[in-house]
Amino acid sequence: MPPSLKTVEIKVNGIVRPRAVEPRTTLVDFLRDELGLTGTHVGCEHGVCGACSVLLDGQPVRSCCMFAVQADGLSVTTVEGLAPERGQLSKIQDSFCEKHALQCGYCTPGMLIACHALVAAHPHPSEAQIREAISGNLCRCTGYQQIVDAVQHATATEGAEGG
Amino acid sequence: MKAAPFDYVRAESTMHALGLLAEHGGDAKLLAGGQSLVPMMAMRLARPALLVDIHRLTDLKSIFIEAGRITLGAGVRQCEIEVKSELDSSVPLVRQALRWVGHSQTRNRGTLGGSLVHADPSAELPLATLVLGATMRLHSQTGGERRVNASDFFLGPMFTAVSESECLVTVDYPVWQGGRIGSAFDETAIRHGDFAMASAACQLQLDAQGVCRRASFGLGGVSGTPLSFPGLAQRLEGERISAALVAEVAHAAARESDPGSDMHAGAEYRRHLAAVLLSRVLLQAANDALAAH
Repeated sequence: MPPSLKTVEIKVNGIVRPRAVEPRTTLVDFLRDELGLTGTHVGCEHGVCGACSVLLDGQPVRSCCMFAVQADGLSVTTVEGLAPERGQLSKIQDSFCEKHALQCGYCTPGMLIACHALVAAHPHPSEAQIREAISGNLCRCTGYQQIVDAVQHATATEGAEGG
Repeated sequence: MKAAPFDYVRAESTMHALGLLAEHGGDAKLLAGGQSLVPMMAMRLARPALLVDIHRLTDLKSIFIEAGRITLGAGVRQCEIEVKSELDSSVPLVRQALRWVGHSQTRNRGTLGGSLVHADPSAELPLATLVLGATMRLHSQTGGERRVNASDFFLGPMFTAVSESECLVTVDYPVWQGGRIGSAFDETAIRHGDFAMASAACQLQLDAQGVCRRASFGLGGVSGTPLSFPGLAQRLEGERISAALVAEVAHAAARESDPGSDMHAGAEYRRHLAAVLLSRVLLQAANDALAAH
């Protein structure tokens, strides 16, 4: 007999989303399949690649390595929630474009989440801090230099308001 | 890569969790940060019928810093220990080990106790906990409290002294008394934050003349459990820490290890790394102790 569904209320990008889910539904599958927020990517599904990173109560976590039931009552920010307004880009997103920090784009949502979390804690990070912050995220096409460049570009000028 | 179906209960208290363990036995599994268990479930290496979520239990998150002892709750997240600089004056090895653990995304969820009970042979926190001679407090509904020393805790790969009905609640780290105490942790991995091919940890104490009075050291990733070497540590006591002595002891320890081979590193290479890393941390800890007051 399949286990009963559990009711969860997860605040995603500022909106509380009540749903009934199977306990084994991962947070990333919840975001993509239940809410249609397909910006968060599913890579390895066992905590190696970092593509599924989201902010949980402001801290970066891997949404493939937790079940949606564990996020009940908590606040999640996905890549769709990083921009200040609809149709805009955050400063870091804009710098990713400017510095060619993405090619195929698969790692990009996870990279952006990692970089936003870094800049929220350290508005002017050193190169070493940037490399440490993205060390849990794999990129297979551009390499990492342009991503480091993009974060430096976004944080070098007048702070990093809005990340 | 999806977990098999299971039921889920968020425990309201540690007693509630222990009651569920007593009721469901081996079918139930405690879930804390899930950074080891959830991937194992995704790969169907673990198929618990019931997950008991203890991640939000505040009574597992206590941190007591006393003169002779540091007590860390098993549910304390690794990211919380990472910023506890107060630990550096008493058990600096804990934070030295933590620098090698995973990535910020995993440390934000992963707990101290979760890493210890998962008992990956190459994990850093079990090695540091063994070298420091910590005591684990295990609770169960029927047995009350049981205390297990780290040397009796790690029994094999992913295998500890924790029974199906028990929960690790706190870890007591003894604090060495007196001055001139140094410690160091080092490891080699494919990429920083990945599983160690080999790791080494040491804490030692020198006297005013620079003679070693007390030493404890160990190796990770080169056997089914982290290893400590109390017999070899005695060889350092009463001696000045020289490069020759350190090399002799480190090679003797590496010979006692029993590393496996995989696609990343063969057994001989891991044994070589063990000797190199152990020599390094012994010298670093001695230098650290000389610099300490």
